[in-house]
Amino acid sequence: MTDMSTVPWLTILGVIPLVGAFVVAFLPGSAENAKRVAVATSILTLVVGIVAATRFDTSSAAQFQLGEQKSWIPQLGVSYALGVDGIALVLILMSLVLTPICMLAAWHDVSESESGAQRVKTYFALLLVLETFMVGVFAATDVFLFYVFFEAMLIPVYFLIGNYGGPRRQYAAMKFLLFGLTGGLIMLVAVIALYLQGPGGADGFMMDKLTGLQFDPTTGRLLFVGFFLAFAIKAPMVPFHTWLPDAATESTPATATLLVGVLDKVGTFGMIRFCLQLFPEASAWATPVVIVLAVLAVLYGALLAIGQTDMMRLIAYTSVSHFGFIVLGIFAFTNIGGAGASLYMLNHGFSTAALFLFAGMFIYRRGSKRIPDYGGWQKVTPVLAGVFLAAGMSTLALPGLSNFVSEFLVLVGAFPTQPAAAVIGASGIIFAALYILLMYKRMATGPRPEGLSGVRDLSVREKVVAAPLVAFFLIIGFFPNLALDVINPAVDTSLSHVQSTVAVTPALAEGSTK
Amino acid sequence: MSTGMGTLVHQGTYAAGLAAQDGEAHAATGFTAYAWLLIALPAFGALFLLVGGRRTNSFGPVLATLLSWGSFVIGAIITISMMGRAAGDRPKSVHLFDWITGGSFDVQAGLLIDQLSICFVLLITFVGSLIHVYSLGYMQDDPDKRRFFAYLNLFVAAMLLLVLADSYLLLYVGWEGVGLASYLLIGFWYHNPVFATAGNKSFFANRVGDFGMTVAIILMFFYFGGVDFRTVQAGVAGLQGAHQGVMTAIALTLLLGATAKSAQLPLQSWLGDAMAGPTPVSALIHAATMVTAGVYLVVRAGPIFEASPTAQLVVVIVGSATLIFGAIIGCAKDDIKKALAASTISQIGYMMLAAGLGPIGYAFAIFHLLTHGFFKAGLFLGAGSVMHGMKDQVDMRRFGGLWVMMKVTWVTFGLAYLSIIGFPLLSGFWSKDKIIEAAFVGEGWRPWVFGLAALIGAGITAFYMSRLFFMTFHGKRRWTDEVHPHESGLTMTVPMVVLAFGSAFLGLILGPTGIITSWLAPFTGGVQELHPVIPESAVIALTLILVAIGIALAWMMYLRDEVPQAAPRGNLLTQAARVDLYQDHVNEALLMRPGIHLTRSLVFADNEGVDGAVGGLAAFVGGTSSRMRKIQNGFVRSYALTFLTGIVAIIGALWVIS
Repeated sequence: MTDMSTVPWLTILGVIPLVGAFVVAFLPGSAENAKRVAVATSILTLVVGIVAATRFDTSSAAQFQLGEQKSWIPQLGVSYALGVDGIALVLILMSLVLTPICMLAAWHDVSESESGAQRVKTYFALLLVLETFMVGVFAATDVFLFYVFFEAMLIPVYFLIGNYGGPRRQYAAMKFLLFGLTGGLIMLVAVIALYLQGPGGADGFMMDKLTGLQFDPTTGRLLFVGFFLAFAIKAPMVPFHTWLPDAATESTPATATLLVGVLDKVGTFGMIRFCLQLFPEASAWATPVVIVLAVLAVLYGALLAIGQTDMMRLIAYTSVSHFGFIVLGIFAFTNIGGAGASLYMLNHGFSTAALFLFAGMFIYRRGSKRIPDYGGWQKVTPVLAGVFLAAGMSTLALPGLSNFVSEFLVLVGAFPTQPAAAVIGASGIIFAALYILLMYKRMATGPRPEGLSGVRDLSVREKVVAAPLVAFFLIIGFFPNLALDVINPAVDTSLSHVQSTVAVTPALAEGSTK
Repeated sequence: MSTGMGTLVHQGTYAAGLAAQDGEAHAATGFTAYAWLLIALPAFGALFLLVGGRRTNSFGPVLATLLSWGSFVIGAIITISMMGRAAGDRPKSVHLFDWITGGSFDVQAGLLIDQLSICFVLLITFVGSLIHVYSLGYMQDDPDKRRFFAYLNLFVAAMLLLVLADSYLLLYVGWEGVGLASYLLIGFWYHNPVFATAGNKSFFANRVGDFGMTVAIILMFFYFGGVDFRTVQAGVAGLQGAHQGVMTAIALTLLLGATAKSAQLPLQSWLGDAMAGPTPVSALIHAATMVTAGVYLVVRAGPIFEASPTAQLVVVIVGSATLIFGAIIGCAKDDIKKALAASTISQIGYMMLAAGLGPIGYAFAIFHLLTHGFFKAGLFLGAGSVMHGMKDQVDMRRFGGLWVMMKVTWVTFGLAYLSIIGFPLLSGFWSKDKIIEAAFVGEGWRPWVFGLAALIGAGITAFYMSRLFFMTFHGKRRWTDEVHPHESGLTMTVPMVVLAFGSAFLGLILGPTGIITSWLAPFTGGVQELHPVIPESAVIALTLILVAIGIALAWMMYLRDEVPQAAPRGNLLTQAARVDLYQDHVNEALLMRPGIHLTRSLVFADNEGVDGAVGGLAAFVGGTSSRMRKIQNGFVRSYALTFLTGIVAIIGALWVIS
């Protein structure tokens, strides 16, 4: 793997925002400059990320590309090893795109006049630190290094929620941290135990060293449970989801976006990367329970979303529902379902970003997260209402928009092995229409509200935030292969272990006639 | 575009004897290869007007109208070139791009231009363009005119995609696209909360249908290995007989989608409320085109339905029941648009009935769909013209005697009215009569039940349409004080005149000449003689007698006798019909109220129960750490302590494992 002549793209991707974070935090002068530096840093990172992506070869047989490996703590078998498959690459690019968008959206989240320039700088610096960890967690090919990033992510998010959030931010941040730590600790036990089951040695935590191990069933299942619980809390799956609505509603919209849109993906990413690849037998063993929980999440999350009056909580619950779809796609063990789930991770990142950030633009204008405080806003801010509806349409998986492709692939892919789950899950599309359109109706329609004459529609900065998100829905809706061509080979590899361990037989008698 | 054009031309033959399409669709050449422009022009218009914003206010509406006419011209040229080819060589395919490749799921985006889809292309672009023109007048003073035309263009693009798609999945994109346009246009005057709710209602009902569509397409892929028309058709032929249950499941889930889009029982309830949209929208989307998409779907998926007699029977039952249902409601409505909406539900019931009869009915379903597109659009535009002159009032009890003031509207509306009730030689006569005859074909109890339903429906249609016509244009003037009825301007009356011509003559041109049946012969297995259980002449005579009785009753009640300005109480049936035969009450009791209770209790349970109970583990850790926090007064230390707990746990785990 180690080749001195290759550029360590992934390390560079991680280092740029980290350096930027220090600069932003300690830059003297006004906060405006610091914000500009922060956005410039994240855009630079994105450009480098795109260049790195062009080095990625979709026809390569290797599981990981852009690989780097250095010995880190050889005594404990820990390496500093990075590399990406198609799924990781897509998720990293998603993070790199969303970070500058979130920063632009967060421009007025923290008022300089009220709380001082340093507080603003720290906010943007924390976002950049978070970007570093997001790259790291998706790029780590050493299991211990992955764990380190997995836990480290908690720290900037804890401060982002706890210092910059709403009135109950302390409670929400603590709740977030405790759920995260609980999951992390369980995983840590499993990580170490997994190492002891492996060949050991100075690079004993490397993915390739730990793939294909033969466990006795009980050990394998215990290890699986350790990893899975951590991911299920992170994703989050019902019934471990209760931290999410609190965290989302007490966060700033930008934090909520990165938290739900990106960080939670580590959970589902971890399932396909670690659970399925390292513990194929145990994954198959757990499938019935996981599938039930996934379908439950689809419906439960949607029904709860319908009943919310706080728009941030509502969006958080829609994510619970969507994570149910993703998990369903992963544990269907079919290549179609896996591709759908992976694409869903990408699409959900964008649709959730759009919902949270546009909701944030409403909140900034009206000063309330409560849906009943709105009404008639299509007259007040027609463009904002329009893009909000577009985000909603993608969220409810309108055919022609991005989320439809992934949701449909998940259902089509789940049907051969989990027919009942696929059909019940499909009913989620009805509830999705309810939670989106009822919210939109309460907020945007009705007579023009009084006393809002000073409220302006989207500024140029906000249009720059909205345009790429809305464009994404249409582009991936009609040209999803832009992402799927990268994702497909990685799905094949990730699923190959579970598919060869357990003969994946269709649950129905008749298979495809192909 | 041309590079990938060849990929859709599959080699190989299907099993013989398939009802639809006996020829293969070859890759389009010449002008037909540009069929994607049909969709691209209005799609561009929609995008340009929406993104361009206020800057396009001045020229946007006219641009949108021109783009719609552009689509019509392209469609006409393609039709002419199709007519120049032999029947077997008419279907052409246009490959657009590789759409979705996920694992073994591989769908191409492509268009299929055949005899069936081109009928729709002409209907959509012609009536659609006329209604664009009409709207230039109708929406003249609306401040959001640009947005209206953007949505209209969006609708035309999506509807064309629906009928031109060569796979069920791409059809589904158009299917939802028209639903979105419909939703946006029903709620166009969203400042009225009732209208916004009507938009939501239509979307929700259609989502229930979409659930059916989704499951149907999933089943298709699972059993046939593909979702394009060609693969599905070949797959049906391959599995036929052995898998009745599968065919029934696919057909019925498709039908669920069709009932939502076409406002058929049991998902019909949204269409009446959809009349909240501006009247041109009611004419185009909720009468002439979109709501007939369900009929298109059943005909297009004909091979699947034919493989399942059970499903076909269900289609026929749905059609017959809906045609009576809609007709009864139509008799009691005083709102002119809602009466017409009920009529649309009923007329689509006729088409659905014909489509469910299989190959003998397909051509007549489509025939009636085309003539209905003209006369119903004409009726709605006429109603819009009346509303325009009557300060947007819709209560027919406050109309009356308008024929003097609005001569053009009266004549054009009158032709469309005579056409829909099946007045001899007018368009509706030819198409509806054929459906009634076809309904009388068969053995056992079915022809009697379905034939009689169609027959009685014709009589009720004559009654409620005459009632509507008399109450609006004849009898005493019952106007409110402030109205001064007047004829509408040319942009509105010219489209009405054109549609009136279609209402009068389209049937005569297409029906008795055999043009429609021979054009659609690939779908019907050739023109067939109908052999109803009672002679054809008797069917026609009976129909005309019932129609005459319907007119006479309406004349007695609404022309001879004075129409009261306030609706009388009426008998039980009238009262029931007035509230749409309790459709909303049923939905509310069965779905809405339980749903509200469910979500409310779930929200309560999630906040109190799940958060509390499942947080048990976290609460344990949390309790510990927050107590520690109190003592140690610092987050980092509490982290360290939790970490310590973890290390203890690890040592414990290692000990257990080793």
